[in-house]
Amino acid sequence: MDERSKRPHAALLQLRNVQMQFGGVTALKGISYDVPSGIVQAVIGPNGAGKTTLFHCISGLLTPTAGEILFRGLPIGGLPPHRIAGLGISRTFQHVALFKSMTVLENVMIGRHPRTFSGFWSAGLRFPRMRREERRILEEAGHYLEFVGLSGERDLPAGALPLGKQKILEIARALATQPTLLLLDEPAGGLNMRETEELGELILRICETGITVTLVEHDMNLVMEISHRILVIHYGEHLATGTPEEIKDHPAVIEAYLGGG
Amino acid sequence: MTRKDWRIFLLTALLIAAFPWMVQPVKAVSHYVDVMVFAGIFALVCLGVTMLMGYAGQVSMAQAAFFGIGAYTSAILTGRFALDPWLAMPAGASLAALVAWVVGIPALRLKGHYLAMATLGFGVIVHIILNEEVEWTGGPSGMADLPGLHVLGWKLSTELAWYYFVWGTVFLALLFCFHVLHSRVGRALRAIHEEESAAEAMGVPTARYKVQVFVLSAVLAAVAGSLYTHFVTCLNPSSFNLMWSIRFILMVMVGGMQSLWGALLGTVLMTFVGNEWLHVFAEFEILVYGAILLVVALFLPKGLVSLFTRKPIVHNA
Amino acid sequence: MDSFSLGSALLQYTVSGLTIGVIYALVAIGYNIIYNVTEIINFAQGEFVMLGGLFAVFFAQSLHLPIFLAFVAAIGLTGLTGFAMERLVIRRARSSTVLSLIIITIAVSILLKGTAMFWWGKNPYSLPPFSSGRPFIVLGAAIQRQAVWIFAVSAIVVVCLTLFFRRSAYGKAMLASADNPSAARMVGIPVRQMVLLSFTLSAAIGAAAGVSITPISLMEYDRGALLGLKGFGAAVLGGLGQFFGALVAGIVLGLAESFCAGYLSSGYKDAVALVILLLALFFKPEGLFGSREAAKLKRF
Repeated sequence: MDERSKRPHAALLQLRNVQMQFGGVTALKGISYDVPSGIVQAVIGPNGAGKTTLFHCISGLLTPTAGEILFRGLPIGGLPPHRIAGLGISRTFQHVALFKSMTVLENVMIGRHPRTFSGFWSAGLRFPRMRREERRILEEAGHYLEFVGLSGERDLPAGALPLGKQKILEIARALATQPTLLLLDEPAGGLNMRETEELGELILRICETGITVTLVEHDMNLVMEISHRILVIHYGEHLATGTPEEIKDHPAVIEAYLGGG
Repeated sequence: MTRKDWRIFLLTALLIAAFPWMVQPVKAVSHYVDVMVFAGIFALVCLGVTMLMGYAGQVSMAQAAFFGIGAYTSAILTGRFALDPWLAMPAGASLAALVAWVVGIPALRLKGHYLAMATLGFGVIVHIILNEEVEWTGGPSGMADLPGLHVLGWKLSTELAWYYFVWGTVFLALLFCFHVLHSRVGRALRAIHEEESAAEAMGVPTARYKVQVFVLSAVLAAVAGSLYTHFVTCLNPSSFNLMWSIRFILMVMVGGMQSLWGALLGTVLMTFVGNEWLHVFAEFEILVYGAILLVVALFLPKGLVSLFTRKPIVHNA
Repeated sequence: MDSFSLGSALLQYTVSGLTIGVIYALVAIGYNIIYNVTEIINFAQGEFVMLGGLFAVFFAQSLHLPIFLAFVAAIGLTGLTGFAMERLVIRRARSSTVLSLIIITIAVSILLKGTAMFWWGKNPYSLPPFSSGRPFIVLGAAIQRQAVWIFAVSAIVVVCLTLFFRRSAYGKAMLASADNPSAARMVGIPVRQMVLLSFTLSAAIGAAAGVSITPISLMEYDRGALLGLKGFGAAVLGGLGQFFGALVAGIVLGLAESFCAGYLSSGYKDAVALVILLLALFFKPEGLFGSREAAKLKRF
């Protein structure tokens, strides 16, 4: 993976001087970085560094006030989130955002949305094409549940799952959109040690299927264990990029975490 | 549709089919067939309200306006231009769809209170137009002597004929709505209700779906309006005012907003309450409506059907 | 028609537009007070205006109180209605969804309207103006004495509110609970009490508007909804939560309505304010004086 990460033209996602302002507050002061294809990339930084804002910008929930975001070479800044999802970026949320009263299976079925087509008419009149598609959605959603290990809970309402499983379900739902790039916003937040370990394995398995994973995470053990590259941001600014080993000993990073952070 | 829904569907269909034969022999309740025709017409509106409010979570205080657009388009085209009712009805539905689309695109970007106020304002504007365009609508005194309806060459001349025709239409619409709900579109609508930004991030074009379901609800209301015109054969704007929009919401809320069966139950129940059992209160029935609305919203927000279904346990993580 | 009468007609429409506009502004301020503290839009706001007018009629006509006592009593009684609404209804609905809250305040508005119909019937009632005498004639336009009173009442309300929110501990506490309820609770501000106060206060202000307008345009049980809707238009156009904005926007709405009634069509005068409301909601929901960024921050 080391050689791949050094090839600049393989960058799946490129950020060019991305800025985000809210009124007088600048949350991102010009972030530039590349995420190469096929790796696990972590984004770390003290609280309030702008990590979640960055994810919101990439996934389209926020439009950057300046700068450019390129996905597979195409500018995506300012596109609505559902278009970005269609292009192959999916995400989870820091505060679990499942459809709580829908079943586990239905949550994952929603994830199939950008890869399926039936509209109001074909659904309401139950055209054969729609029924075939519906069967396929059901089957595929089942596969994703199996992949993350939630098949046993498929008919429970999502809100009835314990937090750890809700976090996993969010990942399954995101995977169901068949992303090329998966953004995980603090996937280990609120998980116990065993759950975190399983999560780490799951993330590596996802990466093995060829999906590039970018995660924001506070659990440093997890970050150091699974990421190939790490981006550190601090007060909305790019602080350092490198491999886990490089970051661990980076003076500026140590300063940010121990000093001002 | 799930197997349970099919069972309820067949049972309800049987019950509706048998209803006239149960009440007609009894003199005191034989006019219930007439009440049920109204209930069926309102049920069409309420199916739309359920799809829009109960499932997609978008408030509309303008359903009476779409009901009115359908009713008046049918009335004007058939009454003033002698057009065939079967051509006037799709014209009314198309007009309602167009208006819903034009209003819905900007309005449905709003949420909650703002959306409620916007649709409320729109509803009142339509009501003012119905009152003011006297040349077309007859103004406050309305229109009379409108034609009835022929179905496949048969004139719907008895209440019984109307009853079966209207409820047949209701069941078709019900099937359509059920199928939409149990599809990727229906799941997307519910997802919008629960977590709009998550739905959007999962690739659901939320803005488009919200407008589409708004248009669907407007079309159902407009078709109901056309039927209403040909059934009562006279119209005036007071059947399409704000209070009626609230009454449609009340019907749906009483039964249970998050269930099509609840919508049907509530509509039938509240139509009987309104047309039959509140006469003792005369014009003070409005007080009773207010009280029912308040009690339901405070103590039974999921309506009567929630008394029959088990509650899922949901942790708020 | 010579130019003098054209000019005086214009002036006449302007005066009546200003008068009604100030009333809308008062209604809008009522919305703002509750919104500022609770983020609820109270759909029963218009009913407070109606109640104020009809209570004043009751005190002045049935109990033969002097008009100023009737004015004060009507405001007090309507304030009490707002108090009761919060205590009996809103407090129970704290955990309700937005949708339920909308329905609940609508239900309250129906109940208030129905009760008013029950007591007063469907006829419109009039009230003597606060002071009698012939209208002032200014440049050929007649300005009714009541119009002057309306300006005075709104000026007093605006000044008092500004003082209240800027100077008094209560007012500052209210703004704090609006800004950040949990932080306010932590520094010991009784947020529930502030919510209660906001309902009482906004009902009282609505009533002040209602009593003032009744001598000019009469009052009946079903006037609340439209007055409320137009007042909301002023609140949105002015930027929800902004008192000064509400005043300006109310006047804009009143003028638009008055000119429409004068020059275009009196039947559609009610629609004008509503069309402005829709345009404001659709294209500038943060209002003329609100900031788009603040509105955006609220959403995330």
